[in-house]
Amino acid sequence: MTKEQIRDTILEIIGQIIPDEDLSNLKGDVPLREQVELDSMDFLDIIMELRKRYGIEVPESDYTQLATLDGSVAYLDPRMRDL
Amino acid sequence: MAAKKADESRIVVTGVGLTAPNGNNLAEFRQSLLDGKSGIQKINIRYMGELLAGVCHFDPLKYQKKKELRRGTRAGSIAIYCAQEAIADAKLDFACLDKSKIGIYLGITEHGTVETENEIYEIKQFDYDVKYWSHHHNPRVVANNPAGEVTLNLEITGPHYTLGAACAGGNIGLIQGLQMLLLNEVDLALSGGVSECTGSFGIFAGFKSEGALAFHPNPEKACRPFDKDRNGVVVSEGGCIFVLERLSDALKRGANIYGEIVGYAINSDATDFILPNAERQVECMKLALNKAGISPEGIDIINTHGTGTIEGDPVECQAIREVFGEHPHAYINNTKSFIGHTMGAAGALELAGNLPSFEDCIVHPTINLDHLDPKCPLNNLVINKPKKIDKVDYILNNSFGMLGINSVVIVKKSWHKAESILEIDDGGIYDQGAD
Repeated sequence: MTKEQIRDTILEIIGQIIPDEDLSNLKGDVPLREQVELDSMDFLDIIMELRKRYGIEVPESDYTQLATLDGSVAYLDPRMRDL
Repeated sequence: MAAKKADESRIVVTGVGLTAPNGNNLAEFRQSLLDGKSGIQKINIRYMGELLAGVCHFDPLKYQKKKELRRGTRAGSIAIYCAQEAIADAKLDFACLDKSKIGIYLGITEHGTVETENEIYEIKQFDYDVKYWSHHHNPRVVANNPAGEVTLNLEITGPHYTLGAACAGGNIGLIQGLQMLLLNEVDLALSGGVSECTGSFGIFAGFKSEGALAFHPNPEKACRPFDKDRNGVVVSEGGCIFVLERLSDALKRGANIYGEIVGYAINSDATDFILPNAERQVECMKLALNKAGISPEGIDIINTHGTGTIEGDPVECQAIREVFGEHPHAYINNTKSFIGHTMGAAGALELAGNLPSFEDCIVHPTINLDHLDPKCPLNNLVINKPKKIDKVDYILNNSFGMLGINSVVIVKKSWHKAESILEIDDGGIYDQGAD
């Protein structure tokens, strides 16, 4: 996957988890939770979806790296580029 | 006769919210009951294939966001829909109410089966590795879930819980609300019952293993209480929540009053896990009549519990004959014949379907009764067509459940009605006059 594809995948997953939110104007460098209603259970949904779809394990100590869209792409790039 | 009670000690129904397989509000539901319209359809059940069930077709997005739907349960969604509809129907100024004085009391047959089955099904594809088990599982399966989801949706901060009472749950939710109002624990009760059981293959498989799951080539004919060709229960989902208030409060705000709950009783068979007990059912009906301060001849309509099982229906008929045998003027019907067994919702939903009779004096029938089982003789059983009678002052509602839990609720016509509540087209199809 390219970085762009990874970003689209993350947005698609988030869109599934918070379907009432408009994600079209999300800023990549601002924490997601400051821009949309995304609580800790929703965040765990993202982690679960990555696990189910791609077998990616995100340890709890790394959760902060997924706070923003840009951060998520950077963190997932080495884990998803060969998919 | 019972001593006259103060208005503060009299509990009335001032709002009804419901979803049934054949209607998503009381007017629709009642119309279906008068029109003989069944809500039973074919449904595909995991591991079992095509079966028959009663499925509700309300719009859950009327009161919930998509995210709430994804996170919550079907029972929660049904409860929210019914609670919102009941509050709207009661014409309450909800924004001005003290939310800490509203209680939510919902009867359930079971809860969590659907969600647990779904999770196990989901992790099967990951070779049962529980790291794929959802973090939403626990809040979904806690027994208070359906009532708790209502508090989240409506920001109600008063007490909420469910009452596990098998198929008597709907009546028992109602009784609990009444008791909490009488204890002054709350000023308003959202009481009734819900069921999401059509989502569980285990419920269907359990009835099938018991030899008590109904089947028929025509889904609408499958639920046939008291018919000699009945062959079991039609599993259905549904919900019904009543707004209950003290009569004094209802009068103060000029509320429409559907009826007053004047009698109720709960008892236990203490004899069998599944098979009912006529003697205890008799006791339960008599206890409720006693609480209402009336004799059997005071009852005008009996809504039977009858589920369409071979074993259960004759037992209830025997109990009714014993209580009402010498006072045969009560008319008897059955609501499950239209909607199947809505489990935890059944008691409340079936009572709701009868409440409009106070206004129109029409008794909806039991349908699908082609050949009355000789083991189920009942006086004045209203068969296949609605019946117009002279008066309806009292309705008695039976609701019984597994492990031998019996419940009876008696509702009295209110003379404080401000206006006609429902517009129902009776179509002139009913039998005229009492006989």
